[in-house]
Amino acid sequence: MQKLTAQIKDAAKKLLEEKKVDLVIGFAEGSLPLRGTPFFARTSEEADKLTWSRGCENNLANYLRKREDKVAVVAKGCDVRSIVALIKENQINRDNLYIIGVPCNGMIDRKKVNAMLGGREVLAMEENGDTVVLKGKDFSETVNITDLLHSSCQDCRYGNPVVYDELMGELLPEKGEDDFADVKEFAAKSAAERRAYLAKEFSKCIRCYACRNACPMCYCEECFVDCSQPEWIGKSAANTEDNILFQVVRVFHSAGRCADCGACERACPMGINLRLLTRKMVNDVKELFNAETGVNMDDKAALATFTANDPEPFLVKE
Amino acid sequence: MIVSKKDIPNFLDKLISEYQVFAPVKEETYTLFKQICSGADAALDAGNTKLPAKEIFFPQSEKLFSYNVSEEGARLEAPVDDQKKVIFGVRPCDAKSLTLLDNVFNNDKYQDPYYLTRRNNTIMIGIGCNSPASTCFCTSVNGGPFDTKGLDLLLVDTGDAYVVEVVSDKGREIAEKAGFAAAADANKDAAAKVKQDAVVTCQVNIDGLKAKLDVNFYDSIWEKIHEKCLGCGACTYLCPTCHCFDIVDEATDCNGCRVRNWDSCAFPLFTLHGSGHNPRTSNKERYRNRIMHKFKYFVDNFNEIACVGCGRCIKNCPVNMDIRVVLEDIRGSEARLDS
Ligand code: SF4
Ligand code: SF4
Ligand code: SF4
Ligand code: SF4
Repeated sequence: MQKLTAQIKDAAKKLLEEKKVDLVIGFAEGSLPLRGTPFFARTSEEADKLTWSRGCENNLANYLRKREDKVAVVAKGCDVRSIVALIKENQINRDNLYIIGVPCNGMIDRKKVNAMLGGREVLAMEENGDTVVLKGKDFSETVNITDLLHSSCQDCRYGNPVVYDELMGELLPEKGEDDFADVKEFAAKSAAERRAYLAKEFSKCIRCYACRNACPMCYCEECFVDCSQPEWIGKSAANTEDNILFQVVRVFHSAGRCADCGACERACPMGINLRLLTRKMVNDVKELFNAETGVNMDDKAALATFTANDPEPFLVKE
Repeated sequence: MIVSKKDIPNFLDKLISEYQVFAPVKEETYTLFKQICSGADAALDAGNTKLPAKEIFFPQSEKLFSYNVSEEGARLEAPVDDQKKVIFGVRPCDAKSLTLLDNVFNNDKYQDPYYLTRRNNTIMIGIGCNSPASTCFCTSVNGGPFDTKGLDLLLVDTGDAYVVEVVSDKGREIAEKAGFAAAADANKDAAAKVKQDAVVTCQVNIDGLKAKLDVNFYDSIWEKIHEKCLGCGACTYLCPTCHCFDIVDEATDCNGCRVRNWDSCAFPLFTLHGSGHNPRTSNKERYRNRIMHKFKYFVDNFNEIACVGCGRCIKNCPVNMDIRVVLEDIRGSEARLDS
């Protein structure tokens, strides 16, 4: 990680000094243990604050839409997939973007850390190869990193950036196919069980829209939940059905666009299992149309193509 | 006075027969204030709740009135919740936040019947914080882990028992009725020791902050500060002092109700005018408002800072926007104080 940090700093400084870009968007050290925070470096001195760690969890593609300036971005696998999708949607001008790609084998989920510590506060986290040391007031525990990763990272098959202008470190070994076991397991439950689970999860929603705002693909000028004339959906968070409706529509709007980066779920302060829904869509798009979001520059976006052989199970019983 | 921890469920059960009792309840990985039906449900050892206690007085969605129009005419019902309540286990920062909200919902110009009726009918029993979190900075904003503002009783956790401090007459009445025993000198000493040992390590220097904010509305620092903020409502909705709301009608045909929902200055709709004009056109103006409202406008209006240092926004912001860092950046900025 230290090596990657040094490499990122050098690359960023060079780009800024040579005036190849106006701005480098990456991560600086945040204010909480092992927490990277999005950072905007415009000078070589500022670039010195850039860092890389298991806490660089945000999807920086979110900051790249419709920019006028020349920007370099420090992007891990999932950020790059979102970037590719946004380029295809004309939200990012590839010519103005320089991708500093960082191979990634997962980010640490602070919610999992907290759950593991059962209420004890972590004051420092130190990475140490495959393990991380969690330190608090009267304790120090060594835990396997794999047990602490975000679920999206555990499922991720594209930790290596699929597109980049410059690569930091070395590419990581490829992983096998995603089996969507979680999606299948949930789908196998009865409708009543599924409904009960969703109701329980979404009763926690406070409609803060952190999920929507953290998602690089949620960029409608006016989100349907905000529209008041007509009022498509009730504004009250007390109504669980409306909370579910909000999320279901969000997921439908991201069909073939969601890179399964998990940014929505990471952002949710209430710890709602949002990927259950987003992954169902990712799985459907893959199975029905053999499409995956942003895995290369050539494939057309799933929603932008049509073939006579497209399955239409929702229209005609096959 | 003193009450043994094992007698708390019993004490709460007795209260439940007379009051709606709210206490922190365990919800998987965090706690939330909920109305409890059994004293055993209260989870009192888990730090502060995910959402603040303000929700009990100022619900996220509140039906102000419902209406119905028929051939006989219009009918309107405006129920005001006047049930007697006890909030048990509230932390000092949240209790203080209510004294701040009182300024907004109860002043010369306006008295909000929904909020005020609940406030007047509620007894607040707080628990002091023996081990403040690293994100707590209550002592920097006129509070503290054993502060009694907004409380009727304060309990100090001394291990097996709580030493009870009476703060108000209402508190005395409830403590006497419960028959709490008198605290021995040893218990009082133990409580004093606990208080002394509970150190809030995080200090935020706010000296000179207000003077800066008085003049830096147009400062370029705002361009930088907001940059990573996503403009979501997480910090607002989790903040015990944020109190902005939006009023909407929810109606079908001849039946409807008027609902007051929490709103957030981070949202693009927040000050959108009917004309389509929005004075806060971008996230920069919105984030500036968050800071200005808490540390300048509220101070101008009510002579208090609208932040109690609970640290919820710090722990929950999806991009680690840390209000302590933001305030320090502003304080250290070059804003001219003479302009
Ligand atoms: S989803 Fe993949 S690329 Fe994204 S943070 Fe996790 S492992 Fe890295
Ligand atoms: S982030 Fe979570 S709580 Fe907020 S609106 Fe989304 S699902 Fe609801
Ligand atoms: S500061 Fe953080 S929590 Fe608040 S609006 Fe911005 S991104 Fe959301
Ligand atoms: S601004 Fe943050 S720290 Fe201050 S009271 Fe609100 S949530 Fe707590």
